[in-house]
Amino acid sequence: MTAVAQREPKTDPAVTRLVAEYESAAASLSTRSPSWVRELRERGIRRFAEAGFPSTKDEWWRFTSVEPIARGRFVEASERLPDVSAAVREVAVGDPGSLVAVFVNGRFAPQASSLDRVPTGVTVGGLAAALESHPEVVRRYLGQVADIEANPFTALNMAFFRDGAFVHVARNVVVEQPIQLVFVSSANGQPTVSHPRNLVVFEEGAQASLVEQYLGSGGVSWTNVVSELVLGENAVVDAYRVQREREDAFHTATSQSRHGRSSVYSSVVFAFGSRLSRHDITATLDGEGAECTLNGLSVLRGEQHVDHHTTLEHAKPHCPSWEVFNGVFDDRSRGVFTGRIIVRPGAQRTDSKQTNNNLLLSEEARADSQPQLEIYADDVKCTHGATLGPIDSKALFYLRSRGLDLEAARNLLTYGFGAEVLNSVSVEPLREQLDTLLQRRLEEGARKRSAAG
Amino acid sequence: MLEIKNLHASVEGTEILHGINLKVGTGEVHAIMGPNGSGKSTLAQVLAGHPAYEVTAGQVLYDGKDVLDMAPEERAQAGIFMAFQYPVEIRGITNAYFLRSAVNAVRKARGEPEYDPIDFLDVLDEKLKAIGWDDSFSNRAVNEGFSGGEKKRNEILQMAVLEPKLAILDETDSGLDIDALKTVADAVNKLRGPQRSIVLVTHYQRLLNYIVPDHVHVLADGRIVRSGRKELALELEDKGYDWLRPQEAVAG
Repeated sequence: MTAVAQREPKTDPAVTRLVAEYESAAASLSTRSPSWVRELRERGIRRFAEAGFPSTKDEWWRFTSVEPIARGRFVEASERLPDVSAAVREVAVGDPGSLVAVFVNGRFAPQASSLDRVPTGVTVGGLAAALESHPEVVRRYLGQVADIEANPFTALNMAFFRDGAFVHVARNVVVEQPIQLVFVSSANGQPTVSHPRNLVVFEEGAQASLVEQYLGSGGVSWTNVVSELVLGENAVVDAYRVQREREDAFHTATSQSRHGRSSVYSSVVFAFGSRLSRHDITATLDGEGAECTLNGLSVLRGEQHVDHHTTLEHAKPHCPSWEVFNGVFDDRSRGVFTGRIIVRPGAQRTDSKQTNNNLLLSEEARADSQPQLEIYADDVKCTHGATLGPIDSKALFYLRSRGLDLEAARNLLTYGFGAEVLNSVSVEPLREQLDTLLQRRLEEGARKRSAAG
Repeated sequence: MLEIKNLHASVEGTEILHGINLKVGTGEVHAIMGPNGSGKSTLAQVLAGHPAYEVTAGQVLYDGKDVLDMAPEERAQAGIFMAFQYPVEIRGITNAYFLRSAVNAVRKARGEPEYDPIDFLDVLDEKLKAIGWDDSFSNRAVNEGFSGGEKKRNEILQMAVLEPKLAILDETDSGLDIDALKTVADAVNKLRGPQRSIVLVTHYQRLLNYIVPDHVHVLADGRIVRSGRKELALELEDKGYDWLRPQEAVAG
């Protein structure tokens, strides 16, 4: 039995230390916060103290050990915000003057942001400021969508968050430009931690694209982010999330969303970065006819580990959902995918399709896929499928018989795994940017392989 | 164009082809017919260079060169094309992208300039016009979610774009309804030419009503047991394959 399995929250020094840190920081965390936010924090730290760090004995954490995070000594990132404009320029898409809100170590950085042309009916900025500017909306949703019981890291975020993104799109407002949120984790010397907290609300009939990007600079960092997303009736949203942190970073994330009647949501998440990343994505289809697409792509190498833990909860009838997660794993990297589909009683005519494809480019790479269907209604259609393995030899021969040499055939098939998901990105400059990133990754891998013979 | 001499081939240690001899002249269309398990598809796969088949004896000369030492891609670059009986699905790669990659790989190997995406669209357009098809496949992932007939059509589209000197069509007719068969046959006929040899591997005589061959060969138990003109196909249609077996026994 390992130390991981034996961790008991009450006696785990890592938990005790975080609780003590919370107590000494409580005063500074809650300056100017209303009392209900203090209560949320208290609930968060109580829940975390009770649950502790997840261990590989927990069903949903079987394949992902967070020991390096629990063992690590992370200090809260300093309040002084370094200049990140160069890093932001590299990832922001579209014309200069597009909507870009920048967050450094979880804090809104207005001077690095580009928010001069925010259209009427749209608010983009920091959550801390929104507590004052939009108290009703924030109070209605903050801490109400993300479930602190489901994941101890979500609870930890609720205890420690200082700021994060706040996006609000008013009723029937159509936003032409993508709303971009760029999160930079910046460490200097010591490993640092930040707990960005995001609240994104699309009111009834609102329509927009949202682009979240996570990157790092300086040194080892741990980003523990929670995003809550609310889609009103008929809202139409496509959301992209790119995790491209440094390859020595830690990233724990919860994205939880509630979907209103006839809303249409399409999301694509990309994992390129981090040494260890875990992303819990939970979508609750809480209105009739809500449509939901959750796609994802992981492209990892070296010792990287990614765990996508998705839950699609069909709570109301007539909701279709689609899920395609592809992974390309090189070297000794590892991918974990969990796809839970829950169909609540009465959610008739649910139509849900899930696919998880994993391409292993090296014999030491590994992928684990766990579909889980929990169906409590009788008139539903749910399908799932998973593939796992090296490049298909039949496909290789097919391409070679068309004139491509072995390496070109391998590269094309590998690229296809990524492109299948990439093609669902409808913000064209973002798709191009990620296409370049993907191709560069694959070329680097191919070069290394051919150098190794 | 193609000369096969005493070709023996095995898969997983079992010999399937027991000495094939065949000559296909430039611009000729040959049909190779035979019952299931006769080795028809093995012959096609061996000609295309499938790594699972081991050639244990014999020679395959293409334009006077032995192709057995050539990698599958080298054969393709030299102008050999095989339409697959079971075309493979390629996720995430559109047909247009795939076709351009293939054409450019061949052009590059021949020292010709590669097409950029825009130029290639014109090339593709021209090929589609030549065989009378629309571009409905172009932006779909290669063979993904294609019906059986669409997959076979897609093979012929690749043939049109790659312009091989020797095309081997492996059961391109199987699984097709009569309309799809006519569409495919019509396109193949448009691709016939004095510089292009075609080998039709088929189980059914039906295809040969639409693509009329110059020569017909019957393959049974890994050997060619009978060769003739197109009338042989009709005879087979009438009598089946069984009447040929005793002769094979005598020959063997």
